[in-house]
Amino acid sequence: MTLTATHPASAPHAVTGTATASEPPAAWHPVCPLDRLEPLWAEAALVAGEQLAVVRLPSDEVVAVSHWDPYANAPVMARGIVGSRQGRPTLTSPLHKQVYDLATGQCLTDPALRLVTFPVRVRDRIVEVRAA
Amino acid sequence: MTVRPIRPTNRTVAVVGGGPAAHRLVEALLARGDDLRVSLFTEEPRAPYDRVALSRRFLDATDDLPLGSGSGPWDDPRVSLRTGCRVTAIDPAARSLTTADGSTLGWDDLVLATGSDAARPAIPGAGDLEVYRTIDDVDRLRGRVAELATRLGRPPQTAVIGGGLLGLEAAGGLRALGADVTVVHSRPWVMNAQLDEFGGRTLNRLLRDQGYVLRLGERPSALEGGWLRFPSGEGLPVDLVVAATGITARDELGAGVLQIGPRGGFVIDETCATSAPHVWAIGEAASFGGECMGLVAPANTMAEVVADRLCGGSGTFPGFDTAAKLKLAGLDVASFGDGLASARGALEVVYADPTGGVYQKLVVSEDARTLLGGVFVGDAGPYAALRPMLGRELPGEAGAFLSAAGNGAPPDLALPDEAQVCSCRDVSAGDLRRAVCGGCPDLAGLKACTGVGTQCGSCLPAAQKVMERQLVELGVEVSTALCEHFALSRSGLFEAVRSTRLTTFGEIVTRFGTPADSAVNLGCDICKPVAASVLATLHGEYILDGDRGGLQDTNDRALANLQKDGTYSVVPRIPAGEITPEKLAVIAEVARDYGLYTKITGAQRIDLFGATLEQLPPIWRRLVDAGFESGQAYGKALRNVKSCAGSTWCRYGVQDSVAMAVRLEERYRGLRSPHKMKFGVSGCARECAEARGKDVGVIATSEGWNLYVGGNGGATPAHAVLLAKDLDDETLLRYIDRYVVYYIRTAERLQRTARWMEELPGGIDHVQDVVVQDSLGIAADLERVVADHLQTYRDEWAATLEDPERLRRFRTFVNAPARSAEPAGADSVVLSGPRIPVRGER
Repeated sequence: MTLTATHPASAPHAVTGTATASEPPAAWHPVCPLDRLEPLWAEAALVAGEQLAVVRLPSDEVVAVSHWDPYANAPVMARGIVGSRQGRPTLTSPLHKQVYDLATGQCLTDPALRLVTFPVRVRDRIVEVRAA
Repeated sequence: MTVRPIRPTNRTVAVVGGGPAAHRLVEALLARGDDLRVSLFTEEPRAPYDRVALSRRFLDATDDLPLGSGSGPWDDPRVSLRTGCRVTAIDPAARSLTTADGSTLGWDDLVLATGSDAARPAIPGAGDLEVYRTIDDVDRLRGRVAELATRLGRPPQTAVIGGGLLGLEAAGGLRALGADVTVVHSRPWVMNAQLDEFGGRTLNRLLRDQGYVLRLGERPSALEGGWLRFPSGEGLPVDLVVAATGITARDELGAGVLQIGPRGGFVIDETCATSAPHVWAIGEAASFGGECMGLVAPANTMAEVVADRLCGGSGTFPGFDTAAKLKLAGLDVASFGDGLASARGALEVVYADPTGGVYQKLVVSEDARTLLGGVFVGDAGPYAALRPMLGRELPGEAGAFLSAAGNGAPPDLALPDEAQVCSCRDVSAGDLRRAVCGGCPDLAGLKACTGVGTQCGSCLPAAQKVMERQLVELGVEVSTALCEHFALSRSGLFEAVRSTRLTTFGEIVTRFGTPADSAVNLGCDICKPVAASVLATLHGEYILDGDRGGLQDTNDRALANLQKDGTYSVVPRIPAGEITPEKLAVIAEVARDYGLYTKITGAQRIDLFGATLEQLPPIWRRLVDAGFESGQAYGKALRNVKSCAGSTWCRYGVQDSVAMAVRLEERYRGLRSPHKMKFGVSGCARECAEARGKDVGVIATSEGWNLYVGGNGGATPAHAVLLAKDLDDETLLRYIDRYVVYYIRTAERLQRTARWMEELPGGIDHVQDVVVQDSLGIAADLERVVADHLQTYRDEWAATLEDPERLRRFRTFVNAPARSAEPAGADSVVLSGPRIPVRGER
């Protein structure tokens, strides 16, 4: 038997979270209070059927990318190490250590890989993510 | 074995003798010529081995002293190796040779590498003298010392006649076997061929401090009735005497056929040709300029010259390189060039500290610029860097190169390309530079590419210097930096954090980061786990508290092992593989209740696969309640200690290996290290626990324990080497404490112990000095780290379960903490449980 957990973002032509006219309108979803996130400790969140990896940066900015590791084909990104490359925040896959730019989702160690990114805002210290 | 006369179309080179020179010759021939067939005849029952390292055999009877790496040239189809086969006659006119069994072989070229015999002093009773020259000699000495000790019920009284390099090595070997040793030497100081009076007397003192008895300025006159007699009429009671008074070239094959030198040996010219055409001689059996020399470097050079000549080259032998280094535990002695300052007008620059037992001398030309030689006793630190400068102009004042003068680091030496760095393997600074330019990135690569430092190893510090300078010139940053976030190496970071007592990653970045700004320097997957490990070793605090949670690598982060599908595996610690039926039942119940795939691993552990993140706390609740601890599979730390059944059950066992393995596992578990560590304990020499494949291997002897270090399995297996033998329990633990902590302090990231010792200047000898002799004076410090660890150790899962704040890290979703990850339908995005089927389930 094979693994059955799949993620829509594993489709070859993954798009970023920035909504375009052709996509269904996305909505802001509350995720959790900001204080539930420890800076630089990624957490997985379940938002509108999507598994996200959510990261609180030292500036209290919060970013979100797909939890799905497109190389390992497994939902593990939130278990990776948050770091930086030339000052840009990154997230490293815990399985095979590909490094992704948290702002763009682009993999910095393998140009063919990319994580879907999701817009995040913090309102009244509640973290909200925009997803379909 | 029958040897038929053959005349193949290919040229046949016959080699007589199976020492290191013969080995080098065959290697060099194979590397140069395709149309050659090589037949090598050796009297010894084994292929050529590293005679230079013979003293190792005293410490470890299983060390076969391999030369070079891998199987060497003996599997090559162009080579035929005939062991235990003595050549009795050669006929240069007929180009043939005859062996002891009467067969003959024709050859096109003949190379005599017959070596020499240990000379025996011509005294009554000389027939009872032992010698020290071959593996068989050492094995016989081991047997005799053991037999004497058993029969006499006391340490055997032994004497070594001859206080030169070989005599002192033999004396060191006898002491290592537990014998009392008197060194009898005809001169007022030992090693008089290499050392001047002051250096020699310094060494006399160091030897006496170590417990050797020296009897100097006298030659024995007879060995009779258990007494070594002297002309004065005095006698020395002895149970065993080893003669190491020099060597006699094995030149009997040349009698009547070849010209023999004034002190024996086949006379050769600068091409290494003897007086007969197509007959060559190399090594100790070759007489050049009227002398035979018992050193490996000139023997290797001769081998290269002959190989070159046989393949049409024009190499010549430049004369003897007399550099020598004493291989005796705890004694640092080396000399090179004109150490005795015999050249006209030579000046001697000396540093002497009689109380500290250090004597260093450089011999320079009359204008104080050209280096002519040197002598080092007690601290031979500068030897490796200076020896290649022999005959060259020193870039600074000679005194500045004497490390003991206390001027800090010696001036950097820019060696010219042709300067020889490794005399054993004849590797020049230029060879090293070319290898570096060709892409050799590190010392291990350099050793593999050029062979530098693979024989005696004393040149490795110099080779490393050359490599680093070349990398700088290439514009390759000789960076030991961990990553862009730190300019320090792992060992550098360890020392930095240790001395500053920092406790958080933020502080470490602010103090040592590049940039030192924790708002933009967030670290990465390289430096963060290193910092996590360093902090864990130094402070012993729960690894996920404070800002340390985010530093942890994949498995430490969850205190479990992440598998390819995003689930985790759980390994309850079973120290030494010893377990009760009750605890086995608990593991079985947990596996059944959570549907975990169960497998016994290669290391006497039980692995439960397929747990989701939030299942880990309840699983561990049950395991901790049943008395299990964690950490046997996650964490760069001691994983497990493998053991055999030991003396409790096994009819061969001589010590209780299981008890010792449990003791070791409970002592070092959880101590974070640069890489994972595995230990093994075998209850007898049958070695069922495969301890020599471990970072720390302990093998029982009837006297106690032998301690081996630096082994591993995996992609590049390494056999552990003997560090100390016949230890009692407490000494064993003390040595392992020191070894492990010295490794933790000085190894680089993800460097296992084998690679660490390989890269460490001085290698195993240095480690032995630090661990056994406490040469750095840090043993107490190293032991304290383990003592502190034992005080602060807490099982990580037990500590997790008692704190709700710690448990929050084990939620699958931050916004749905209660959401369980039950096996779900195919259309669900929720992570499922184990999906990897159990094979053979019926």
